[in-house]
Amino acid sequence: MASLDQPTALERFINGILPENPVYRQLLGMCPTLAVTNSMQAAMTMAGATAFVLISANTITSLIRNVLKPHLRILVFTLTIATFVTIADRFLAAYMYEMSKQLGPYVPLIIVNCVIVGRCEVCGSRQPVHVAFSDGVGQSIGFALALASIASVRELLGSGTWFGLPVLPASWPAWVIMLLPPGAFLTLGALMGVVNWYQARRAATAK
Amino acid sequence: MHDEFRTLEATAESAGGAAPMPALRVAPSPHIADPSLTTARMMIDVLIGLAPVIAMSVWVFRWYAVLQIVIATLSCLAAEALATSMRRRALTLGDFSAAVTGVILGLSLPWSAPWYVGVIAGFIAIGLGKAVFGGLGYNVFNPAMVGRAFVMIAFPGALGAAAYQAQGVALHVVTEATPLTLAKQSAIATDWWPLFLGTVNGSLGETSALACLLGGLWLCLRRTASWEIPASIVGTVAVLAGIGQLVRPDSPMTLAHHLLGGALLFGAFFIATDPVTSPLTFRGKVVFGIGIGVLVWLIRTFSGYPEGVMFAVLVMNAVTPLLNRWVYPDPLGGPAPAPKS
Repeated sequence: MASLDQPTALERFINGILPENPVYRQLLGMCPTLAVTNSMQAAMTMAGATAFVLISANTITSLIRNVLKPHLRILVFTLTIATFVTIADRFLAAYMYEMSKQLGPYVPLIIVNCVIVGRCEVCGSRQPVHVAFSDGVGQSIGFALALASIASVRELLGSGTWFGLPVLPASWPAWVIMLLPPGAFLTLGALMGVVNWYQARRAATAK
Repeated sequence: MHDEFRTLEATAESAGGAAPMPALRVAPSPHIADPSLTTARMMIDVLIGLAPVIAMSVWVFRWYAVLQIVIATLSCLAAEALATSMRRRALTLGDFSAAVTGVILGLSLPWSAPWYVGVIAGFIAIGLGKAVFGGLGYNVFNPAMVGRAFVMIAFPGALGAAAYQAQGVALHVVTEATPLTLAKQSAIATDWWPLFLGTVNGSLGETSALACLLGGLWLCLRRTASWEIPASIVGTVAVLAGIGQLVRPDSPMTLAHHLLGGALLFGAFFIATDPVTSPLTFRGKVVFGIGIGVLVWLIRTFSGYPEGVMFAVLVMNAVTPLLNRWVYPDPLGGPAPAPKS
């Protein structure tokens, strides 16, 4: 099925990390990116749950890609994703109850995370299983890196800690705004500017 | 404009070769422009207008005022230099706009703010309030108020109502809460004479109604600030507070407290009149001022905050592009005819 101009498994993997980073380059999955990045623990739990759902759903979609009906494909994607989200949600509630309560509705909301539907549509439904799997892993790493970068800035400035461990001296004045929604928007904007600047510089030196 | 003419002439002359052709200037009006009307002149006017306010705040708050103003100004200048050099533009410190932002920012802080508040507020004001939009003239929000709003939400302990009050400091005024907090939380009315003169607690530049009036009138007379904006702000608050006083005569927030207390006059004359972030036309300026007045009165009367000038200005800044479009004036010779289909 895979035509010759489709990216290979390795290209898919590398693209997911920075060249097609879901947050910084595709601007998808903004809801968890903004909502749960006020601490590293919450952000990494969210990244883990999203990675599980993304890799599983992408692989399953790739396995059934030959029986997909074009007009029903989004419905099938959503049902596949919802199955894995339910598994992830119940797992968190069973084994990480406090974190599950802290993340609240954002774990069930992974169902409508555009990163996952987007990968199923772009890669899972068109390419063989090994490509879809490595695509899912690459995109998951890219998503986790993006969440980690935003959460690091917000937790360091907002609480002076990293993964809950005190990093900055106790006299550090906590920037409460960084833990609030405005801090998420400001950090995302600033970091996206840095990523764009880096990409532009790389493109300029490549010429 | 003059520079453009000069380049036009120069190209015409060089194209003409041996026999220089007369340069024919075609340009829309105005043809007579005041060459002294520069950004730097306006900004120096504002600094002169701020002089009585600075003097009064230094008299009331002593070294605390000097410290805050110096920290905020230096921070704004450093941020401006950093932002322009990052964008590889010519250094724009000479137009004094960053200095004005810094002084207004410093004057809007409480005397007790820790040093890092002024530094962070300065960098946010210039970086987030101005540079990311493209520099002076392109910013949507008043830079000084962006900086202040950021630190106010970031450090509620250092800028909240409780931060103004302290015992055991060599300043007499800071043993009491600010007049608006007193009126709101303890229902204590401050006498109007100290309120007018400025010997009360508050943010550094806001305490003295007299100094704000003096500096503000200078700005309006120099036409650096448009008189419509402060007039409509103060007028709106006066009407609303007057009605409020008639409805509830026992309230400690009388008409005089609304007009003389808090940052109303400082905001009306020095913050809301920023020509970049306020509307261009007469009608726009009046609507802008009325909007600020209504918001200030609403926030002071019904919200948890004792004062609302900063938020009122920021909200109306956001509406300004809409106002400019709404009150678009008819061009000379009547409105443009509708295109024939």
